[in-house]
Amino acid sequence: MAHGPAKGFTRWLYTTNHKDIGSMYLWFSFAMFLLGGVFALVIRAELFEPGLQIVEPELFNQMTTMHGLVMVFGAVMPAFVGLANWMIPMMIGAPDMALPRMNNWSFWILPFAFAMMTSTLFMEGGAPNFGWTFYAPLSTTYAPPSVTFFIFAVHIMGASSIMGAINIIATIMNMRAPGMTYMKMPLFVWTWFITAYLLIAVMPVLAGVVTMMLFDIHFGTSFFDAAGGGDPVLFQHVFWFFGHPEVYIMILPAFGIVSAIIPTFARKPLFGYSSMVYATASIAFLSFVVWAHHMFTVGMPLAGELAFMYMTMLIAVPTGVKVFNWVTTMFKGSMTFETPMLFSIAFVILFTIGGFSGLMLAIAPADFQYHDTYFVVAHFHYVLVPGAIFSITAGVYYWLPKWCGNMYNETMGKTHFWTAFIGLNLTFFPMHFAGLSGMPRRIPDYNMMFADWNMISSVGAFLFGAAQILFLFNVIATIRGGKKATDEVWENPEGLEWTVASPAPYHTFSKPPQVS
Amino acid sequence: MSSNQDNTVEHEEYYVPEQSKLPIFASIGLFLTVWGAANWLNGDANGPMYFFAGSLMFAFVLWNWFSIVISENIQGLNSPQLKKSYVIGMAWFIFSEVMFFAAFFGALFYVRSLAGPWLAGEGEQGLGNDLIWPGYEHEWPVMTTPDMAANGDSATMRGPEQNMSNPGLANWLGWLPFWNTAILLTSSVTCHIAHGALKKDNRRQFNIWLGLTVLLGIAFIILQIEEYVHAYNEMGLTLESGIYGATFFLLTGFHGAHVTLGTFMLLVMFLRSVLKGHFKSDDHFGFESASWYWHFVDVVWVGLFLYVYVFG
Amino acid sequence: MLYRARSLLSRLLSVCLMAAVSMQSMAEKEVERWGLNMTEGVTTVSRDIFGLHMNILWWCVGIGVVVFGVMFYTMLAHRKSKGAKAENFHESTTLEIIWTVIPFVILIIMAIPATTTLKQIYDTEEADMDIVITGYQWKWKYEYLGQDVSFFSLLSTPIEEIQNLKEKNPNYLLEVDEPLVIPINKKVRFLITANDVIHSWWVPDLAVKKDAIPGFMNAAWTRVDEPGIYRGQCAELCGKDHGFMPIVVKAVPQDEYDQWISERREMAAKLKAMANQTFSFDELYSKGEQVYNTVCAACHQANGEGIPPTFPAIKGSPVATGPLAGHMDMVINGSRTNPAMAAFGDQLSEVDLAAVVTFQRNAFGNNMGDTIQPIDVLKAKQQ
Ligand code: HEA
Ligand code: HEA
Ligand code: HEC
Ligand code: CUA
Ligand SMILES: [Cu+2]
Repeated sequence: MAHGPAKGFTRWLYTTNHKDIGSMYLWFSFAMFLLGGVFALVIRAELFEPGLQIVEPELFNQMTTMHGLVMVFGAVMPAFVGLANWMIPMMIGAPDMALPRMNNWSFWILPFAFAMMTSTLFMEGGAPNFGWTFYAPLSTTYAPPSVTFFIFAVHIMGASSIMGAINIIATIMNMRAPGMTYMKMPLFVWTWFITAYLLIAVMPVLAGVVTMMLFDIHFGTSFFDAAGGGDPVLFQHVFWFFGHPEVYIMILPAFGIVSAIIPTFARKPLFGYSSMVYATASIAFLSFVVWAHHMFTVGMPLAGELAFMYMTMLIAVPTGVKVFNWVTTMFKGSMTFETPMLFSIAFVILFTIGGFSGLMLAIAPADFQYHDTYFVVAHFHYVLVPGAIFSITAGVYYWLPKWCGNMYNETMGKTHFWTAFIGLNLTFFPMHFAGLSGMPRRIPDYNMMFADWNMISSVGAFLFGAAQILFLFNVIATIRGGKKATDEVWENPEGLEWTVASPAPYHTFSKPPQVS
Repeated sequence: MSSNQDNTVEHEEYYVPEQSKLPIFASIGLFLTVWGAANWLNGDANGPMYFFAGSLMFAFVLWNWFSIVISENIQGLNSPQLKKSYVIGMAWFIFSEVMFFAAFFGALFYVRSLAGPWLAGEGEQGLGNDLIWPGYEHEWPVMTTPDMAANGDSATMRGPEQNMSNPGLANWLGWLPFWNTAILLTSSVTCHIAHGALKKDNRRQFNIWLGLTVLLGIAFIILQIEEYVHAYNEMGLTLESGIYGATFFLLTGFHGAHVTLGTFMLLVMFLRSVLKGHFKSDDHFGFESASWYWHFVDVVWVGLFLYVYVFG
Repeated sequence: MLYRARSLLSRLLSVCLMAAVSMQSMAEKEVERWGLNMTEGVTTVSRDIFGLHMNILWWCVGIGVVVFGVMFYTMLAHRKSKGAKAENFHESTTLEIIWTVIPFVILIIMAIPATTTLKQIYDTEEADMDIVITGYQWKWKYEYLGQDVSFFSLLSTPIEEIQNLKEKNPNYLLEVDEPLVIPINKKVRFLITANDVIHSWWVPDLAVKKDAIPGFMNAAWTRVDEPGIYRGQCAELCGKDHGFMPIVVKAVPQDEYDQWISERREMAAKLKAMANQTFSFDELYSKGEQVYNTVCAACHQANGEGIPPTFPAIKGSPVATGPLAGHMDMVINGSRTNPAMAAFGDQLSEVDLAAVVTFQRNAFGNNMGDTIQPIDVLKAKQQ
């Protein structure tokens, strides 16, 4: 016996429904994306031309820091959790998430954590200004007072992530419908399963490192102070032990989404399902032993340097397997190019480009020239923006008709895609050149030799931003009305989610389906 | 604060509460706690107020949360599948705790075996460090910090006067950490015996062994406090005693905090059993998860005992 | 303002041109201005790294051409609108093995030269000379080990250029008051550390980038082939003026270097001797103004008003208008509570310290009227 949603705003405050919670996560994430995007636009406006014009260097550093933090922890991670909430129970035939109340709690911590983080912008001494990687001692001995708020914000959103991950693991391990064996699960479920393990393994380490900071700042310990026998580089080791797996946390679910979309629009089953699973697992496993590739210039012993270089390079192999599998899935299919497919194809191409630059960075001697330049900025935006953000966008277009029962406007979707695609490449491709010709990152002003690339980047950034407004508009319009979507939505898509009505009823699979 | 479960309708096989006020209030409580803590640390006079109000609220909500979960179980709402979700949840929560400690153990190994020797000018990475810290010799525990070696009396980062390290096997009987180890290991055994008794439905035995476990836990905490008082007052060993003090207190401190939480959990289980007659031989997840937690805390201690004390 | 509008317009135009005109037909000079690629640099290591970079780049381009080529082919050929019927194959162990093994082999091919180069970079033994480089917020200190020569190197771009009040010169933000001078064809070892936060010493043409970590000494080396001026920047976020701490290395022939270093040594000796001299108020004041503007103004600002609350004002400051001992203590030993106010006692000479304190006590309307001599500073230091 299924109940509908409760009335009024308490529906959202008290809900235990995975779909409600999924929607809240997605909206929250989009809001954070806009906020982080506004910070990015401040950065890009300042960098439009040489000289200091719009913001002072202090504020510029705060913008860079908050942009990184908000995008990573506020936009990308919650968006994936939102999609997991919506889709995983539907994909495995479960009535809801395994621990529904904790699910709500995981969500509601986030607005508070980010309110606290954002409030630092208005504090005396300003917001955190030490980069999203908050290297000690800039973030300890030399930090503004607001760092304490930043630390606690990280603590509670870490708690939220850990609970979210536990919930996903419990759901996947325990709630699969009869017949839904592990090797029958959709890849989105698989990639999230593995991502959840990464989260449980590294979020506590992040909590550990901010705790050490807290004690160095307020209680006189000397973890990151050589005078007392500590080491600033210790900070980096612990941070990147979290930080590197973190970047895969932001891409593995993306792999899952794309692996769902490409077969649908190629009208051909996913090529190499099981190798996809093993490749994901290998990437996750390797991600724990490559962290120091962010630290090639800190002065590690040669042996360490070599080991981390080799391990990092190795990641190209399983990732390559995935790319080749997607391409082969498309090969000899019968393709159409609806908006989700466009975003997915762009994902494959542009993510691969980002992966290539990642591989270049992995070559330690070359990284001595690349490190901390815009080449790195170009690399990670290529894996994050057309990687994480495009996959999320593709996922939203793909499943939105299922969520709200209406078809989105295809023309507007395609316009969104092309504006975003052009804007993004205008923004981030020139950064490769700026970086190679020697422009360091995290600077508010630069020599004229970088001016032209920066100007193009800034123009691109505003174009890309404008595209997102179109997206927002399209989504809202779809929720409010539009052509009714069929239950299948697409032509013969695979997966349990397409067997329920559109819009998906408030409670799906109260009785588990039998999977053959 | 209970969920507005419609009791006339037969509950679904997997119990999904319709709504719950718990999470939002837990979030507010948690937020107030950390908001207060941060303000407090930054010297704001209102900090402590927010902190205590938040903690109180948080504790109250958690108390209710657990009560509700227990009463749901007693009402028979929890299917075996749901119980398994709790089991999985607890197991992976403990894993996350393991990783939290791993960060601090990692830090310990790093400063001990890598950073320290480099500071003393050893190895290929030590080249030139004697220009910065002339006279620094690396030993663990770090009693003379690099600052002291280089700057003598004007050093601000000072090491401890004494440390907690192994006094030699012959002296173990007078060595507090040894007794703490004995206590904690014993308590793991008593906890296990209690579990066995519960499985055999032997309530009296269960209560006795569980009660004993709680007492051992309390004894450990008391000894640990005694150790800290001793360290601060007589050994000149504080949080500020260079990297040795930092790693020592954060590792043992977080462990101590976990013991305290574990003891509290076991105490609650004990009271539930004694006062309310909770737990059945085949349905006692509450106790079981507390006992896992306890074993986990014990295992961490073994690591601490070895790396902080014995080979410290 | 006008010149800015003009330069903006011309650059926007050139951006459009760039899109219109193909890369090939662009003038040589234009290519340089657009800065497309990594520099080859002027050392063996930098050339090796450049080679590695191009090598990996071409591998990636090659793989890209194959992968994207297949993709575009299939997107064109196998579209439903063209009546393509989907096939159903979805597994092939042979294929999977092939595309696991081939990338693996390519990686090994890349790793071998990378390893060789890395070993070379790490070979800091047997240097001809050592220079200790210390990063400060926000300047570099160079200390020629065993030569009694050491000095600070600060950004020399005028503030007006940064604030867009004056046209920017070609070395905008890449120029310093005192460059690091090294001889060519000598193995120069850099011992790199920092005084406050982490910085990173980077000169692309030398392919040296090494983090300067407070409390630790990192080693790097170079051997420059060609005389010239090589410019770089701090490459690790180090606070407010991270973008404003450039590096300039001047590589000169050995005899020129020898001459330079002996001049430097003499200057240092003179400076030491000056500590016992007495100066007039005006001498100290104007010297102090100079020191203040180069060293202190980064935080306390040229007008003495600081950036409260982060950096207090000197104008009307209770310290600068209070007892002299307190003021001297603050400047010589730094702040007890806030590490951002560093101990300038070992960064500036006695003369400079005396001058800057004199200046602070008498400028911005702080009319204390006292004159501080280098000898007073020496005395204060000894306490
Ligand atoms: C989604 C996030 C994401 C992803 C997926 C990646 C993927 C990779 N990253 Fe990236 N990285 C970041 C996010 C990400 N990164 C971020 C945020 C930073 C900066 C952090 C900061 O400092 O602020 C960073 C920085 C960073 C550095 C440090 C640079 C520096 O600071 O100096 C390095 C160095 O090794 C690196 C390497 C790699 C590699 C080898 C991969 C690989 O996983 C890529 C593998 C993929 C491919 C190679 C393409 C597909 C493969 C084939 C088609 C097969 C055949 C190919 C070959 C044989 C070449 N990354
Ligand atoms: C997933 C992560 C993610 C995403 C999506 C982005 C997206 C973008 N990033 Fe970001 N970036 C990072 C992660 C990310 N970034 C990280 C980790 C760093 C490193 C930080 C550090 O160094 O510490 C970084 C650093 C970074 C820099 C370097 C800063 C520096 O070194 O000083 C730059 C510079 O151009 C930049 C630009 C952009 C731009 C233009 C976008 C665009 O794609 C953004 C597009 C979105 C919008 C423009 C929003 C649209 C909104 C509007 C148009 C306004 C409407 C407003 C309302 C309705 C209120 N980013
Ligand atoms: C990196 C930034 C920075 C630079 C450069 C700097 N200062 Fe400061 N200064 C500070 C800060 C921060 C304080 C506040 C210290 C405190 O709160 O204890 C301060 C405080 C002072 C004060 C006391 C002001 C007061 O009213 O509390 C004096 C005097 C002073 N500095 C002099 C100097 C001189 C002289 C120089 C240059 C030789 C200099 N400072 C360079 C950051 C700087
Ligand atoms: Cu010094 Cu950046
Ligand atoms: Cu990484």
